[in-house]
Amino acid sequence: MKPLLNTLFVTTQESYLAKDGECVAVHQGDVLKGKVPIHTLGGLVLFGQISCSPFLLGHCAKNGVTVSWLTQNGRFLAAMHGPVSGNVLLRREQYRRADNEDASASIAASMVIGKIANCRTVLLRTARERPSRELDGAADRLVQCLRRLREPLPLNVVRGIEGEAGQAYFGVFDKLIRNADPAFRFAGRNRRPPLDAVNCLLSFLYTLLVHDVRGALESCGLDPAVGFLHRDRPGRPSLALDLMEEFRPYLADRLACTLINRGQVKAKGFKHTESGAVIMDDATRKEVLTAWQERKQETVEHPFLQEKMATGLLYHCQARLLARYLRGDLDAYPPFVIR
Amino acid sequence: MHHHPPTDPIPISALQHYLYCPRQCALIHLEQLWTENVYTAEGRQLHEKAHDAATESRGDRKIVTGLLLHSLRFGLTGQADVVEFHRRDGNWQPYPVEYKRGRPKSHAADRIQLCAQALCLEEMLHVAIPEGALFYGKTRRRQVVALDEALREETRRTVEAVHDLMRQGKTPPPPALEIANAICPACSLQDECLPLVPRKSAARYLQSVLEGA
Repeated sequence: MKPLLNTLFVTTQESYLAKDGECVAVHQGDVLKGKVPIHTLGGLVLFGQISCSPFLLGHCAKNGVTVSWLTQNGRFLAAMHGPVSGNVLLRREQYRRADNEDASASIAASMVIGKIANCRTVLLRTARERPSRELDGAADRLVQCLRRLREPLPLNVVRGIEGEAGQAYFGVFDKLIRNADPAFRFAGRNRRPPLDAVNCLLSFLYTLLVHDVRGALESCGLDPAVGFLHRDRPGRPSLALDLMEEFRPYLADRLACTLINRGQVKAKGFKHTESGAVIMDDATRKEVLTAWQERKQETVEHPFLQEKMATGLLYHCQARLLARYLRGDLDAYPPFVIR
Repeated sequence: MHHHPPTDPIPISALQHYLYCPRQCALIHLEQLWTENVYTAEGRQLHEKAHDAATESRGDRKIVTGLLLHSLRFGLTGQADVVEFHRRDGNWQPYPVEYKRGRPKSHAADRIQLCAQALCLEEMLHVAIPEGALFYGKTRRRQVVALDEALREETRRTVEAVHDLMRQGKTPPPPALEIANAICPACSLQDECLPLVPRKSAARYLQSVLEGA
């Protein structure tokens, strides 16, 4: 596998990024804070008031480095990608399948199977440590959902099952949090804006994940905007959202729980704004970003390819597997399933 | 020559890719997969080559580097490392020389590439080219290659096979396991190709996930 490329996160307000030879140079005021060689980077993620020279942007585009701008609190604003690579045959096949209800349903079902299986594993891991009737009950409901997916189903039914599984899973998600602080109670998923600390943390991690998955799709020549499970909407990276589903429980949800349970993030690091939204303070955000980067370095065996790789390469692998499936090398799309 | 509508001209380098592995050729030229290694490796070569054609004269020998080549008849395009022109009876006889970094190989890929260059030159200059040479960096030896009918036939067949591949627009499966074991480790497209994947069944894998639940 190719080396895992890093993502450079810039969170210090008023930073200025410029091209310096083959490097990204980070300036703060008159101080050069550091230089990173471009060929070690897969993406730049800029939080808030960070500026970039046009020459750096051109250099990023040329080197396939995705740049994402987020608000200081991590809400996505915009992204810049280089020219999509030249695999027009692959993209045409992607559009053909996306236009076909049955073909879409079959890919969507594979992705949903991956997601539900991984949700169930996350619940069962906690249930093994601390047995709970609620967790077992939810895991059983997830098994029921998986059983129904043994047959080919229409796309809207697949979407319905995905929604049902999500309810069962998030219905007991609070049980995964061992921290007794009332600030970390979870009563259900909410977003835009997140109204409590756990949702704030989940939304933030999902933003990081979608940036990475999107980059992985682009580097394979797939169009991140045309999905199978998620309906296309202008500006929505539907395929990135599709491919992200199997990784939400494994990469984002588990990390959120770990950060809370180990006390790496603290209740006082989350602030309520006047609108009721909850935001992280800078120190908490940095803590999360560091943990995210470390998580991506961990080694894992890919269940389908049976190869060991860095966790951060998994979605690159899945994007390739999806591409090879669309080009006719495989009889189905094999989602990533935790073993 | 063409029994089918011709496709766009193919780069002469595609012949070598095809002879190494038809799937690799399809990934590069059909699917246009951009990969760091292939791109940088070939980019470097192109960079070395992509100077404007330059001519150097030594008495009865002219040496032209970086000459752009094309053949309408065979649908080929490319660039020659070196074409020497030898003066014979008042005529300049073209003599293609292809430079290779490695050592001489047992297979015909290098000779076929040289022959394809000669086919272009013959069409461009309206002359017959009976001979060329391969120069190998490792051995520092020049190997004379007779551009005989057998080699021409093999070259024409390869050119046609690559055009067919482009026309069909379908990437062939990876080679059989024993061939794959020999050629895949040295291929820079392994990550994109996933040569072992078509031998696996994702449907069976999904089945095991569903039954495991």
